[in-house]
Amino acid sequence: MAGLMAGFGHYTHAVVRGIPASLAKEALRTSQAEVDLTRARTEHEAYVEVLRTRLGLGVVELPADESLPDCVFVEDAAVVCGETALITRPGAESRRRETEVMKEALKDLNLNIVEMTDENATLDGGDVLFTGREFFVGLSKRTNQRGAEILADAFKDYAVSTVPVLEGLHLKSFCSMGGPGLIIIGSSEPAQKALKIMQQMSDHRYDKLTVPDDIAANCVYMNLPNKGHVLLHCTAEEFPESVKVFEKLKDHMLIPVSNMEKVKVDGALTCCSVLISKNPNI
Amino acid sequence: MTTEAGSETEVKEKAEESAAQPDQSETAKPESQEVANVEGGEKEKGKEKEKEGKEGKGITRYLPTWFKKQKSQTSPTKEVPATEEPVSKGVEGEEEPAPEVNGHAEEVEEKEEVKSEEVKEATQPESDSNASADTEPAKEEKVEDATAKSPEKTKDTAVGEGAEEEKKKEPEGHVEAETDGGESQTSIFQSPLRLVRKNKMKVVVCHVTLLEGTDFTCEVEKRAKGQYLFFKVCEHLNLLEKDYFGLTYKDNHDEKCWLDPTKEIKRQIRSNNWQFAFGVKFYPPDPSQLTEDITRYLLCLQLREDVASGRLPCSFVTHALLGSYTLQAELGDHEPDQPRPLDFISQLTFAPNQNKEMEEKILELHKSHRGMTPAQADLQFLENAKKLSMYGVDLHHAKDSEGVDIMLGVCANGLLVYKDRLRINRFAWPKILKISYKRNNFYIKIRPGETEQFESTVGFKLQNHRSAKRLWKVCVENHSFFRLNAPEPPTKARFLTLGSKFRYSGRTQAQTRLASSLIDRPAPSFERTSSKRISRSLDGAPVISITEAGSETAENGRDHRLELHSDSKAEEVDLSPADVEAIPSQQSPGRAEPALSQDLDKTQDEVLKHQASISQLKRSFMEAPPPSPPQPNQWEKRLTSSPATIRVQQHQVVSVPQTEAASADNASSETKEPAKTTEVEIEETVVIQEVSRAPKPGVVTVTADPTAAPPAEHEPQDQKVKVEEEAALAEVEEVSPVKPEKASSDSESEEEAEYHPNVPASISQSQIPEEKEEEEQMKEEEEEQQQASAPVVPSLPAEVSQPAEETSQEEEEEESKKEEMEVEEKKDDQEEKESGRETEDSTDDPMVTPEEAPEGLMVPEESAEAGPTEDLEQPKMNGEASLVEVDPRPQVICCSEPPVVKTEMVTISDTFAAQKTEIATKEVPIVHTETKTITYEAAQLDGNSDGEPGVLMTAQTITSESLCTTTTTHITKTLKGGLSETRIEKRIVITGDCDIDHDQALAQAIKEAKEQHPDMSVTRVVVHKETELAEEED
Repeated sequence: MAGLMAGFGHYTHAVVRGIPASLAKEALRTSQAEVDLTRARTEHEAYVEVLRTRLGLGVVELPADESLPDCVFVEDAAVVCGETALITRPGAESRRRETEVMKEALKDLNLNIVEMTDENATLDGGDVLFTGREFFVGLSKRTNQRGAEILADAFKDYAVSTVPVLEGLHLKSFCSMGGPGLIIIGSSEPAQKALKIMQQMSDHRYDKLTVPDDIAANCVYMNLPNKGHVLLHCTAEEFPESVKVFEKLKDHMLIPVSNMEKVKVDGALTCCSVLISKNPNI
Repeated sequence: MTTEAGSETEVKEKAEESAAQPDQSETAKPESQEVANVEGGEKEKGKEKEKEGKEGKGITRYLPTWFKKQKSQTSPTKEVPATEEPVSKGVEGEEEPAPEVNGHAEEVEEKEEVKSEEVKEATQPESDSNASADTEPAKEEKVEDATAKSPEKTKDTAVGEGAEEEKKKEPEGHVEAETDGGESQTSIFQSPLRLVRKNKMKVVVCHVTLLEGTDFTCEVEKRAKGQYLFFKVCEHLNLLEKDYFGLTYKDNHDEKCWLDPTKEIKRQIRSNNWQFAFGVKFYPPDPSQLTEDITRYLLCLQLREDVASGRLPCSFVTHALLGSYTLQAELGDHEPDQPRPLDFISQLTFAPNQNKEMEEKILELHKSHRGMTPAQADLQFLENAKKLSMYGVDLHHAKDSEGVDIMLGVCANGLLVYKDRLRINRFAWPKILKISYKRNNFYIKIRPGETEQFESTVGFKLQNHRSAKRLWKVCVENHSFFRLNAPEPPTKARFLTLGSKFRYSGRTQAQTRLASSLIDRPAPSFERTSSKRISRSLDGAPVISITEAGSETAENGRDHRLELHSDSKAEEVDLSPADVEAIPSQQSPGRAEPALSQDLDKTQDEVLKHQASISQLKRSFMEAPPPSPPQPNQWEKRLTSSPATIRVQQHQVVSVPQTEAASADNASSETKEPAKTTEVEIEETVVIQEVSRAPKPGVVTVTADPTAAPPAEHEPQDQKVKVEEEAALAEVEEVSPVKPEKASSDSESEEEAEYHPNVPASISQSQIPEEKEEEEQMKEEEEEQQQASAPVVPSLPAEVSQPAEETSQEEEEEESKKEEMEVEEKKDDQEEKESGRETEDSTDDPMVTPEEAPEGLMVPEESAEAGPTEDLEQPKMNGEASLVEVDPRPQVICCSEPPVVKTEMVTISDTFAAQKTEIATKEVPIVHTETKTITYEAAQLDGNSDGEPGVLMTAQTITSESLCTTTTTHITKTLKGGLSETRIEKRIVITGDCDIDHDQALAQAIKEAKEQHPDMSVTRVVVHKETELAEEED
């Protein structure tokens, strides 16, 4: 029986999407870096391969859409928790249509679909941190209060707290979950400030794992049968100091995943997949 | 006795006066007279009250009704209803036995308390004369009763005003006759008919909606306390772990309120609608720790209702899962052979938006629960329900500093702030230093964060004072229940009686767990009801059942808002009732008039109800003012209904001490009231630190310097000034093993006993914050402080955190070992002060009591309880002191005029906002205050106290209409040099719109502290007053 809030990280499926050629030139970005499309695609393929082969998830791969340069970052298009999927309304106008295909894919997975139709609401999945016990929603350039309210309405079981994101693109640009009750957090001042707020707002206690680099704090955590704690994190090539920190996690299966190109367009590890927990029993 | 007689006569006179004066204009003259009487007479009254409490508890019950009649009589319109009361008197004999029938010791105690209350009520006539308004509310009730008993009414009407006076006297006579006969004077007037009537009146039928949706009917004597009814219900339910539960009623504004077990039911419900609902008051965070299945079952019933009504929101899947467990618990295993038709399930209510899909899901999940017993299914239900984010969260509508609609959620962990569905802030209990409310403002003082240097205060606006008070009350109760530790088993018994006084049944969760672990009975068999009934109950038992816990929050809070009145509306509401009650107020105006100006200041919103706390505060305030206490009930009623009347009453209370000013204002008072209401607010904080050392190092004693207490400069008389006083009493006492026991004997001591055990275990929390505050205060105080010699006792190293800087210190040297000595000390040191103080107290008491009175029973009860439960000694002490002290109008501790500190209240309701701009401060300067701090230190024990870990042992709050008193007790144990020291720090915060007699309060606090902890000495006393210069707010 899957009771309420059981099995955090116990994912069975992942939804990913290809990289359109338009990403290199047209994808939104906060910096002016040049993206090597080929390397980006290689990177992404490796990422998907880890999910599919190494971790054994059922991977749903959506086709890239050239008119949607950012469509590879599927995380922003939907928030899935339990059997409910909230189709978001991305903060960036150019990304709104990314949700269409996503919605169909999630429908096919028999999830309960909740759509964010309010035109005053914006929400990027990258601003949503689900800890297993509650949600934190970053209020950022991409996500507003109304979007958070709708999320709270969609996931009534959980407390939904808002966290201001003053710097960085998304809340998860500097943090993510590293396990049940473990928050990986960047060491920058805004990141630490956000963590404090989260801790204050929560009825639960969280351990924190502080890494020197904010972006390195974005990891993908899973708890898989036969594999235990799994953590996809940045490579030593990118952030050697942060990787040293991850290596202290003795109980985790650590899987470094390169993300050097996608990060140039503000893509982090979590951005590239929507993880789904389909419980066969229910 | 002699004193009593005098008081009675005075009372009679007053009553006569009131009766004689049909119009307000007339009243004005009598008022002046009354005032004079009051000053002299009140003191006497106080004495009398004490005596009465001692002597004739049984009689007192009867008295209240009369008083009510008196009130009604005074007002021509109300006369009719008054007649009912006499009937109740006749019943008296019957009533007393009834409690015994129950057979519970507790009940007996309750009876005693009731008696004591009655006594107070008896004293009330005196007060009544002073404040006719108070009595009036009672009249209303009576009227209702009268309507039921039409014949009685007719009689009453015939009697007329003159008769009324007689009636008043009569009841007294009855009382006397029954008790000691000391009050024989009044007895003459009594008429047999009236007595008969009373008998009829006393038993009332209560309807309690149970969680199953069924109605439990039970007869209760009219003056019974909430506790009695609650125990009856628990008995009916076969429930032992009852501390998580409570009874609710709907007030005049159709809002659900928790029935205070320590107060008379009648005074709380304010109407003749004896409808209640049984429900969960404190949701156990871990239901699996409950001992009995029946308790879990009842919790399940509550949660099913919460879920079905939408009060406890949950997702589709969770609805289905919870529903499936409900089915398993009620129906047992799914029968594949005889599948339940869907339409059967659709008759059950599982969710607000239930649909076929959900029902199918429920059925599907039900199949998977095969083999699960009902108890197991209940447990699974709870294990899932408890994880819901809104589990056990009591929501209240409010606005933040910027006027944005938010919701405040009170739960086991603290206070949550929601904006729509989003949590925008959270204040865990350990972060909260102080909880208070003024009018419709609710404040929490926040412990400074790691990087912050100063405490901040967050303010919220509620719709009206009632909602502010209700929120505050809930906070105090939840904090007490979930944060405080359990007393030792032996103390528990007492605790029950004492604990019932205020917040909740009186046990903390820890205590309750302990108690339930001792439950030794075979699991009681009980029948599970079908969810059908639940659904019915939702629809059919509209009155009470649905809303209680979450009523405000219920259903996304929208319902609430509907119910709640906007501020403006609230005022209107208040006003309207006032009009109605105006008549009574007019009657009383003369009496109240002196205070009227103040009353006006207090304003409608501010009308505060008491919340009783177990603590000493109760005693101090409660005991002295017996005359007023009877009024409180009515007050409360009025408060809700009519602001004006309430004010008047309050004034009366206040006025007594301040009688001087009253006369001038009297005439205009009524008209002025509305305008003035806002102006005066008083906050007082009294911090008492008590330190006990296990090993007796040296003799550390605190001698109160009589000189230390100069007359209070801040007289409440400054009507427009808001005063905050914080008096911190630090008592350092050497703990002698024996002493604790003694302490236990005393009612107050009981509290100690409970706390002490906890202390060692609970040290985790720091007293620090409070101490810090004190220190800060100390600094401020320096200017004001009197010069005090601070003897340094070597033995007391750690104890005193505050160094010598504090100028005014009270040094008390006590021999720790001898209790007697302690008493003497009290007498010696404090007596001087106290004598003055006590006199003040006596005078003050009326003041205080009226305020408390609004809540009704609290004051009288407390005093009553204290009397009966406690050894007679204490009451005597009080009484004696009062007698002696009468002459000096003492102001124990008065500070020179305080430096004026303008304080800005920082309101941060939203972390986001806080982050964005920490500017909020500028905008929110809510209150300009004058701050005075006075510190008395006996000896410098240690400078480190601040850093010492402490445990917040208790937070008790007593609220009256005008005053809110909160007592916080921190206990710290430290080991230094092989000596274990126990430091008890008590902070008493008195907040009120009306003037507060600080000296009295301080004196009382010190006195109580000594009484409670005879083995300890008072190390330090800090009085911090904050007076609002003018109401710039709003």
